[in-house]
Amino acid sequence: MILLEWLQYPFVWSYQQTVEKLSLPKQKIFWAYVFLFIPLIFFLYIRIYPTIQAFGMSFYDWNPLAVEQEFIGFDNYAEIFEDVQKPALTSPTRAAFENTVKYVVIGMPLQLVLSLSIALMLSEIRRFVDFYRVIFFLPFVTSTIAVAWVFRWLYQPQHGLFNVVLAAFSLPTQDFLDSRGQALFSILAVVIWQGLGFAVIIFLAGLKQIPRTYYEAAEVDGSSRWQSFWNITLPLLNPSIVYLVVLQTISFLRMFAPVLAMTSQGDGGPLNSTTTVVLRVFREAFGTRSKMGYSAALTVVLFAVILMVTIIQLRLTTRSVD
Amino acid sequence: MRKGKLFTLLVLFVMLVSLTVGIQAQDDVVTIEYWQYFFEARQGAMNQLIEQFEAENPDIDVVHNSEIPYADFITEVSASAAAGVGPDVVTLFYGWIPAWVEAGFLVPLPQEDFPQDWIESFFSPMVSESKFQGEYWAIPTAVRALALFYNKDLMEAAGLDPDSPPETLDELVEMAQATTQYDGDASLDNITTQGFAAALAGQSHHWFREVLIRQFGGVPYSEDGREVLWNSEAGCEAFSYLADFELEYATGSNALLDGATNAFVNGLSAFHIDGSFRIGTINNNNPDLNYGVTELPAGPNGDRSTFGSYWTHGITRNAAEDEAKMEAATRFLQFITTAEAGTLWVNEVGELPAQLEAASNPDLLADPILGPFAASLEYARATFFIDESAQRQVLIDAYELVREGVDPCEALDLFAPVEQELLDDFWASQD
Amino acid sequence: MDAAQPAMVNTPEQVPQTISNRKRQTVIYRAFSYLVLSLIGLTMVIPFVWMISTSFKDATEIYRPNFFPQNPTTDNYEEVITDTALPRWYLNSLIVAVMTTISVAFFDSLAGFVFAKYQFPGKRAIFLLFLSSLMIPTEMLIIPWFIMSVDPPIGATWVDTYWGIAFPGVITATGVFLMRQFMQSVPDELLDAARIDGVSEFGLFWRIVIPLSLPAIGALSIFNFLGNWNAFIWPLIVTSDLNMMTLPVGLQFFSSENGADWHLIMTGASLSVVPLLIIVIVFQRYIIEGITLTGLKG
Repeated sequence: MILLEWLQYPFVWSYQQTVEKLSLPKQKIFWAYVFLFIPLIFFLYIRIYPTIQAFGMSFYDWNPLAVEQEFIGFDNYAEIFEDVQKPALTSPTRAAFENTVKYVVIGMPLQLVLSLSIALMLSEIRRFVDFYRVIFFLPFVTSTIAVAWVFRWLYQPQHGLFNVVLAAFSLPTQDFLDSRGQALFSILAVVIWQGLGFAVIIFLAGLKQIPRTYYEAAEVDGSSRWQSFWNITLPLLNPSIVYLVVLQTISFLRMFAPVLAMTSQGDGGPLNSTTTVVLRVFREAFGTRSKMGYSAALTVVLFAVILMVTIIQLRLTTRSVD
Repeated sequence: MRKGKLFTLLVLFVMLVSLTVGIQAQDDVVTIEYWQYFFEARQGAMNQLIEQFEAENPDIDVVHNSEIPYADFITEVSASAAAGVGPDVVTLFYGWIPAWVEAGFLVPLPQEDFPQDWIESFFSPMVSESKFQGEYWAIPTAVRALALFYNKDLMEAAGLDPDSPPETLDELVEMAQATTQYDGDASLDNITTQGFAAALAGQSHHWFREVLIRQFGGVPYSEDGREVLWNSEAGCEAFSYLADFELEYATGSNALLDGATNAFVNGLSAFHIDGSFRIGTINNNNPDLNYGVTELPAGPNGDRSTFGSYWTHGITRNAAEDEAKMEAATRFLQFITTAEAGTLWVNEVGELPAQLEAASNPDLLADPILGPFAASLEYARATFFIDESAQRQVLIDAYELVREGVDPCEALDLFAPVEQELLDDFWASQD
Repeated sequence: MDAAQPAMVNTPEQVPQTISNRKRQTVIYRAFSYLVLSLIGLTMVIPFVWMISTSFKDATEIYRPNFFPQNPTTDNYEEVITDTALPRWYLNSLIVAVMTTISVAFFDSLAGFVFAKYQFPGKRAIFLLFLSSLMIPTEMLIIPWFIMSVDPPIGATWVDTYWGIAFPGVITATGVFLMRQFMQSVPDELLDAARIDGVSEFGLFWRIVIPLSLPAIGALSIFNFLGNWNAFIWPLIVTSDLNMMTLPVGLQFFSSENGADWHLIMTGASLSVVPLLIIVIVFQRYIIEGITLTGLKG
């Protein structure tokens, strides 16, 4: 204990000699870097460094089983470029890019609107609130593989619950996962279903940060519920919305596990209709004949796309990041 | 305080001494690592073999890693290989050999220990089909073949003799139609019990390639394996035959009842084509199933064929880096591929011995379930795969297109170039 | 938000409403909310109930379309608990989840605080650098991570250790981002006032910002804790000892070359949900209700 106290003197002394002599803004900068030190080291070493390694692989005919890797320059990228020009039916890569765009463009807004609606309704009601919250959280705590299996049963062409219900209302039964036209939407529905709880909680936490007095004041001013929503709720919910838009976009762009678990053999079928870029990355990297270099190149392309989308989103949604 | 320090030092000293002693004691023991995917029966059989082997070879210690889920086997082998660790002796599907040789992961079996003419005369013929670049790179304990499973109760319910299963392709169609039961008119939507369902993601792609095409008078690939020929007239007829079960006769579909395999295992399908490994699934999940097995139906000209395959064992570059390890790995590989090991395997795992002597055992041939598999070994063929998963996917996709209403010949023509590209890409790297 | 519209149609704009009108609307709106929430809630519950009910079916019955088991059996539970290392996998998952959650709660909050409340050169670049870690699929990092784990910078090996399973997730960009978003709403004046009172910079974080952000930290912790129960590819690669595997990895063993033993997978999955469910039930009120308002007043 005495040792500890003694040990800190040089630090205290040097701190007093250096940092405390700085102006206040400069002191703040100093502390910002100190606080960020460990996270920065972590991200650089555990995330960025392996990412750079993976980027490096994209210039090789990289095979994990091989000792020496052959440098092939931009050949992997050229192959991707060729593959995306083929029809999606016979080119999984082309299909993967097409489908990934569909997942994001349809999935992200739908999930956002649904979860915000649910959160607003939840903050409105007074009884059974806990009960509903737990229910909306159920899918989120259930393992993806179990969820996938259950939905495969619900989607069954013959005895699946959905088709039984359709038949009961004398509506035509659907093929769902077994059809090229519906499979993607069937999977998307499950993903939205499973992620709803997360988004609802984020919105609820955001809504709780809005002081009730704002609404009371608005009510006194005679503004309608709809006006309050536009003028108070949405603007003050901005941090939550930005967060969810950016993160859900990224997560839809990186869609993988549900497709792996819900398609036969995890192949992203039928006929590539549900496959995604990350599923292709995984399949090409760990197939019988590994094409990890090609996978790495796909990763780089995906990375570039996500980075671009994220920067644009951050620019548009937060006018004052700095 | 002093006492504590002394004690710590003492403990450290003892640890250090025991460590050096330990190292010295293990000095002349070679440790090799053996990997296979997780399957309880295989794990148990291999543990027995390893125990026997270590008793005979006290200077070799075999570490057995079989705690790898089946679906993730390649992923785990890849990661370990990239990090320079992993197996010295590895179990792999025979169809992976060319790809793993191309990557330099496997080393050729030493010819003095595994003479080529010995392999060619003592092992099932399909084993010699995996010769690549003039070398053998792996050798199996056991092999498999496809046969026809039939549900006796469902045959009887349809008024068929449960002891005379289909002998020809035409009979299979007739009996499949007879056994299919519908709740309403005869369409897939109304099926309650299936007659027969083609499962391309299961074994039907093998049935198509190595059996049906040949029976219709064609070949799946050129002699040297470099050219796709399954989009021929015979291929077309074979593919139509396969698709008609679902599209023309509505006897079943792999999309129903959680797949053709589960449907059969759970007594909801009368006929099913599968490998000998499926026996274990039935024993496990539905031991009461009243079923039989017979050889695959003969073709229009009466000729038989079946697809043979096997999980085989190879020696990796890890072992080859060290002379002592290489020798230990070779001895271990010899030990687990004897005829006796094959017999142990058939009893424990239900797969057929790879050595002809053990596979032609009269007791085995007389077995009502395993007998038909063993009998078909003599005409079994193993496709020379260069990328097994991708080549299977091509036929799965072609079949999906046929299900959407595309003509079978057109579907095959559309997808043949996809597989041809895979082949060209592989052979370009070889030449 | 669309739900709010019907009730608004007959609202005279800009005219102050009478209290009773407003109240009537509220009643209609609430009734509507209950109806919609119940309907959506039903779709949330059905698959879950199906999973639990499947875990009580035997191997052949799971392929029948009946919702509830005809011959309920607890055999699956006995088999899963006694024949596999499931209790151990359970424990491992718990340890890893607790480890990472504590680390994430602290470091993500700290980094989020910096991004929310400090101005410094390179801020935008460093924030994007953190976020960029989300932009690469982890499936691609398996091999670099495994090479690192076999020959790590610290220690002998990370293979088959809890740290090895946990390290990719001990600080998360999603968490840093979440905390940044929430901490932006902490008033700068509050911090400046505290600075004048002589509170150190770390003191600002520890004594003012953390208490104000407890709901967000709670949410973050829960998400992180739950997320750990689903990850399987990396834990699978970095463990080779059956006793070091986590629950999702263990569930993989119920799928084999012969197909999947769905009755066992459903049982394992049902079991894995139980502790999570308890956590959700116990903590959900705390996460969301939080103490934001009281914190701000005090």
